[in-house]
Amino acid sequence: MGSSAEFFQHLMNGMTLGGIYALIALGYTMVYGILKFINFAHGDILMVGSYIGLFTFDAIRGQTLGPWTIVAFFIAMLAGMLFSAGLGMAIERIAYKPLRKATRLAPLLSAIGVSFILSNMAAWMWGTKSRKLEYPFDNTPLHIGGVSITPHQILILIVVIVMMVSLKLFVDKSRIGKAMRATSLDQDTAKLMGIKADRIIAITFAIGSALAATAGFLIALEIKVYPSMGTMTGLKAFVAAVVGGIGNISGAMLGGILLGLLETFGVALLGIPYGLRDTIAFVALIIILLVKPEGLLGKVEKEKV
Amino acid sequence: MLNFILLILIYTGIYALMAIGQNLITGYVGLLSLTQAGFFAIGSYVTAILSVTYGIDFWITIPLAAIVAGFFGLVIGLPTLRLKGDYLAIATLGFGEIVRNILNNWDKVTNGPMGIQRIPMISVFGVRVSPYEKWGFLVLVWLFVLVGYLLFERLAKSRIGRALEAIREDEIAASSMGINTTRYKVWAFVFGAAIAGVAGSLQAEFILSVTPGAFTFMVSIMVLCMVVLGGMGNFKAVILGAFLIQFISYFPQLVGLSNVIPPQFKQVLFGLILVIMMIWRPQGILGREKRNAPGSFFRKGGRS
Repeated sequence: MGSSAEFFQHLMNGMTLGGIYALIALGYTMVYGILKFINFAHGDILMVGSYIGLFTFDAIRGQTLGPWTIVAFFIAMLAGMLFSAGLGMAIERIAYKPLRKATRLAPLLSAIGVSFILSNMAAWMWGTKSRKLEYPFDNTPLHIGGVSITPHQILILIVVIVMMVSLKLFVDKSRIGKAMRATSLDQDTAKLMGIKADRIIAITFAIGSALAATAGFLIALEIKVYPSMGTMTGLKAFVAAVVGGIGNISGAMLGGILLGLLETFGVALLGIPYGLRDTIAFVALIIILLVKPEGLLGKVEKEKV
Repeated sequence: MLNFILLILIYTGIYALMAIGQNLITGYVGLLSLTQAGFFAIGSYVTAILSVTYGIDFWITIPLAAIVAGFFGLVIGLPTLRLKGDYLAIATLGFGEIVRNILNNWDKVTNGPMGIQRIPMISVFGVRVSPYEKWGFLVLVWLFVLVGYLLFERLAKSRIGRALEAIREDEIAASSMGINTTRYKVWAFVFGAAIAGVAGSLQAEFILSVTPGAFTFMVSIMVLCMVVLGGMGNFKAVILGAFLIQFISYFPQLVGLSNVIPPQFKQVLFGLILVIMMIWRPQGILGREKRNAPGSFFRKGGRS
């Protein structure tokens, strides 16, 4: 294997990992863009969505791999997405909405509480043992010019690209997307223009949560499903959102991909021990906060009195 | 039974120290730090490593634990505290995880996931203070709580405390009054970290062993719950909060139902406490001390 093949191998691994981070980061960034607060429970919504997807998939898939298992996989993914969307809206309604006029600290604390409730309820109901999500297809790697690519990675790339493009189109072109942008720009003015801000916020939560569930279900093939699966992944995705510029949708995508590449290449080329891989993201966070606190694509906001 | 109550009270004391530190950071300055577990771990490991590997006396390791934890507070605080509070929560959460990561992987010094065992027991004026002599340990821990309480209470009532509260109420206004906001925030963070280090040191001496598994995010959440439940900005209240949370967490064992009630139950309860308190009683059970706080932080309209 030549070194350029090795490079493309890491590039491929980094891109798929980064795509996952990007999907999760989108939820953080959209919520932050509108409500200006970090939804700490985002990673746990991801976890719940993955469980629902897993249960659905196990219930409807047959024993033999074939076209049906792939269809079943997507149906299960959709089930997880819908459930998470509902869950996200419910959480917003119950735990965040009453605090919208409170101080900045209050919704953050409430979100941490929700996160803790979800992860421990899951451990309670479904046990702490991780559950395997079976591949819907034969996952033997394909070798393309010395680079080995698993069908799983191809699946991730396709889903991530489809999701991102449709989200971008939705936010930029649709009426609801326009309302979302308006609400994020100035909630009060948006309301005066006849936009139902509460509904837009609920939709934002639903979309973000559904994307998180998708990401969770996709990585579950590799890392399995367990109650704390969303914690670290969620944190790193948040870092990705900050790196890209929080509140900025393209920034979240860029930040996610960058973080994925950074982790993969950091371990492969810079010789960072695998055990400290999770540390890379936080070092990146601190550096970006010091050098360019508004993120790569974020715009500088002057604080006004 | 009595033994068990003593155990709860000892843990209340150890956590009360951490809660006092958290209260300075969250209750007074209004910053959400989620890393008391990290500083707690650092304090524990300083005492464990120094006393086991180097045979240094416990009384020397305690101030060192405070200093090392405080130093890490400075290291993590300097870059993150210059930014808005929201990032701090994530950065500190990440820091706590990094600490645990390093403790797990740095085998040479920390002995990895196995941790460090057989920490020597201590005696105070010839009186053995150990997990087997709980009364003695209880007195020792609560002496530390008393000293910590008095120190932090003084600090909060002093000029520094007023500056901290000014920062919480309005950072821009505070800085235009000539308060160096970053410096004060970093100091609060360092003090909060140092007292958590002392708590860690005491816990190491109480359990006589340290393992990375004892310093999960759960610890930081418990400390946060103590502050929120008792009342932010009130040191007496957070000590009460520490007792209540410890009581809740040992309640199943206390009534002999630990095999009926799953361990997750109390954690779900902690989460519920955070949400419910924020919605219905954000000022906590006792509320903020009224002294020099016209217009409480949480009752303010908060329009943007």
